[in-house]
Amino acid sequence: MKIIACMKWIPDTSEAELSIASGGKDIKKDDLDYDLNDWDRFAIEEAVQLKEKYEGAVTVVSVAPEDAEEMLRECLARGADEAFQIWNDSFEGSDGFVVAKALAEFIKKRPFDLVLTGTLAEDDGGGQVGGMLAAMLGVPSATLVSRIEISDGKAKFRRELEGGLYENVEMGLPAVISVATGLNEPRFVSIRAVRKVASVDIPTVDLDELGMNENQVGMEGSKIVIEKVYLPPEGEGAEIIKGSTEEAAARLAEILKEKGVL
Amino acid sequence: MTILEPANVPLAGVPAPSVALIVLIASLSFFAYVMWKRIDLLKRCAPDPRFSDVSQRIKMMVLYGFGQLRQPRYLGAGILHILLFAGFMILSLRSLTLIGRGFSADFHLPLLTGSAAFVYDVIKDYTVLVVLVVCLIAIARRAIWKPQRYAHPGTSGHEGEAYIILGLVSALMVTDMIYDGSAFIGEAHSEPWYLFPATNFAAMFMKSVPSQALEQLHIGGYWAHILFFFGLLNYLPISKHFHVITAIPNVYFANLNHGKIKPVKYGVDDWMELEQCGVNDLTGFTWKHVLDFYSCADCGRCSDNCPANIVGRALSPKMISIKARDYAYAKYPVFGTPKDFKDKKLVGDIITEDEIWACTTCGACEQECPIFIEYIDKIVDMRRYLIEQGALPQSLQKPLQQIKKKGNAYGAVKSKRSAWAKDIEGVEVRELKKGENAEYLFFVDSCGSFDPRIQEISKSFARILGKSSCDFAILGQDENDSGNEVRRIGEEGLFEQVSEKNIEAFEARNFRQIVTFDPHAFNVIKNDYPKKFPISHCSQLLSKLIRENKIKFSGEYLKGRVVTYHDPCYLGRHNNVYEEPRFVINSIPGARFRDMERSRSRSFCCSGGGIMLWYENEQETQRMGERRVRMAQEIGAQVIVTACPFCLINLEDAIKTTGNEGKIEVIDLVELADRSMS
Ligand code: SF4
Ligand code: SF4
Repeated sequence: MKIIACMKWIPDTSEAELSIASGGKDIKKDDLDYDLNDWDRFAIEEAVQLKEKYEGAVTVVSVAPEDAEEMLRECLARGADEAFQIWNDSFEGSDGFVVAKALAEFIKKRPFDLVLTGTLAEDDGGGQVGGMLAAMLGVPSATLVSRIEISDGKAKFRRELEGGLYENVEMGLPAVISVATGLNEPRFVSIRAVRKVASVDIPTVDLDELGMNENQVGMEGSKIVIEKVYLPPEGEGAEIIKGSTEEAAARLAEILKEKGVL
Repeated sequence: MTILEPANVPLAGVPAPSVALIVLIASLSFFAYVMWKRIDLLKRCAPDPRFSDVSQRIKMMVLYGFGQLRQPRYLGAGILHILLFAGFMILSLRSLTLIGRGFSADFHLPLLTGSAAFVYDVIKDYTVLVVLVVCLIAIARRAIWKPQRYAHPGTSGHEGEAYIILGLVSALMVTDMIYDGSAFIGEAHSEPWYLFPATNFAAMFMKSVPSQALEQLHIGGYWAHILFFFGLLNYLPISKHFHVITAIPNVYFANLNHGKIKPVKYGVDDWMELEQCGVNDLTGFTWKHVLDFYSCADCGRCSDNCPANIVGRALSPKMISIKARDYAYAKYPVFGTPKDFKDKKLVGDIITEDEIWACTTCGACEQECPIFIEYIDKIVDMRRYLIEQGALPQSLQKPLQQIKKKGNAYGAVKSKRSAWAKDIEGVEVRELKKGENAEYLFFVDSCGSFDPRIQEISKSFARILGKSSCDFAILGQDENDSGNEVRRIGEEGLFEQVSEKNIEAFEARNFRQIVTFDPHAFNVIKNDYPKKFPISHCSQLLSKLIRENKIKFSGEYLKGRVVTYHDPCYLGRHNNVYEEPRFVINSIPGARFRDMERSRSRSFCCSGGGIMLWYENEQETQRMGERRVRMAQEIGAQVIVTACPFCLINLEDAIKTTGNEGKIEVIDLVELADRSMS
């Protein structure tokens, strides 16, 4: 079975104090650490587990700048057989459509049974690439998949629905499946594991190899225009509680009491 | 009437010396064969350099091997064991004599003749009686009181073995008494009975036995004794009582590098190049670690003190030894070639992942074991293997990844590392730039830099150093996580990464000494870092400042409250710092200090520090910290002082969950000193 897993390289915003970049269309990213999108971690793990179960090979690919080599190498350490980095500086500022297009052009050129992605990315939460990629490849797709089994050339899988419901679905291969977090337990990648794959070549795929040109990528090629990125204004009735933990907790309890919650 | 001696009475027509020779050769050959098999496995194991430091090792062997110094930590059982051990030592001469008596009726060991023999016989007679009584008490203890630490939860037990051994030893004593007692009756005696109590006691029962039967008892008693003796000898290496033979060597080869984790493999320059990292099978362990498995006496003291075991986690250290030994005996049988246990892996199936991750590396087990069996290094070795398989518990993955990327488990950006040090009232905290000098380099570590609660300790410490005019500075951005838990979790590559960065930072600056209030950082820098730097724990520095009159305390903060001290594992057990924190507390006027029952080397782990703080265990039925708080409650403590940031976090949590908020205060030694300074 040939599996292609698509990864995204995203800024880690969990502990950072965010501020808006000049121009107001993005956050300041200079001081941020980048990492593999958590949802995609489950996708690559699933790919490797499927490979271990049904045999085959796993290819990882990402539309990401040079620094992301670290992420791709980590994917190799996780058990992927080969990794490709699609990049050209003109990709800067691309939207989901451009990314899906680049991935589709890359994937079209090679045989595959299954493409795995995370359903969302933690940074912009667009959730677009999986679906568009499937459409461009002309194969079926599914999102929020929490279990995958393969039999008779078909994928049987379970989806997580709202309200704690599960849905069992069957779909012919090839297909694009976007996974939910928690569908497996991603393995830990040690320093040594990465060191072991240190000499594996990670080719960079440029625009011409994809049959694309600079006008089709970046802002120019994007269908979505970001107008403004901003921190929500302090709304009516919202109060930001200041002070030490104890003081804040006391104030919070006071408010809850006032409102009759406690 | 003189009774016929065994050596002069043929058995079934065969002369006794021939029988004795056959028995001797057969038993010794079998014993030698089994021992050779056991040693053969040791030879297949990983190397372990335990042959240096001969004088220190001899000292250990004398004190803890022959001297049995750790036995009285369990007073009752300890005294029984010391008596039994002394008995074995004394009676070994007797056994040799008796073996010789099979060849010649008046065999004596050289030097043991004349009055020396008489004195020895008197001592021996008492010893026989003592050993017999001890065996009977030991049997009764096991049968009636059933101490919990002897149980074998989850496996078919070895409880029967203890009875077999105690039975065999008792039988040895009884047959010796029959042999001596029967001869005694036939002879004329002038010595008072109390010189030979065992013999007299046995003779009393045989008084009315007709002389022919008496002779049969004498001969029968002798041969039974010989058979029991060799039976016991040969039973040892196939049972848990192998320790009778291996305990002394095991103590001799004990780990002398306290607080330090062994390298991935001894004698290897670059472990990264190894085929496999960590241990997943017997032969992956070092020979000493397998000797540990052989030697475990199944006394259960380790597990009885293991906090993980006590709070219901899947781990009982003793069972690691017992299970591994069972596995070793099954896989490398006495007869036949080694078996291939493909579907029963030592690490994973026999010793489960849950067991391996449950350990806090507190060292209570190793502290307690009378024969210095090690667990931490073994557990770390197995963790290294699991890490290699990617099988790290999910709860620990994120913090480790954060350390890899940002040098701290909190995921905070590096540039914020010294944010706590801004705006502390009354003190300026200097960041030591490359090439600059300071007397003290204050190593804050990740918790002191990023955890808001622990930042308070950092500030207190800075204030104390400032007020006592110490020239100190911090590393700031160039500081990385100390790596104590990183190494103990088994992520050796990451440990190397963080330690190298810290070492580089240390080497680029000039200072007299590193100081830290975190015992984990203290331990790893002192014991694990490949380069040595002078380092003190804050309790040591505080003691020094008090002695030099640079710090003065008032009792205003404590106000005469009852204070107890919780010994952090990495300060106490791993580094033997017990006195200084107590000295600091007792220097505060009016401190009513009281130790908990579990204190000093018996301190009870609060559930582990470093990234172990993130570890979630599903099996435990209570928190270690809660248990500890109850111990403080029992002695009526109003203040629990600790000297470790992680203890502080765990214990403060436990104060809340046990409903002791407002009743008991938990405070770090540094904070207490800061608030008590006058
Ligand atoms: S180090 Fe502590 S937690 Fe680990 S096995 Fe020993 S006693 Fe138990
Ligand atoms: S390891 Fe030591 S303390 Fe634990 S059961 Fe064995 S002999 Fe006893």
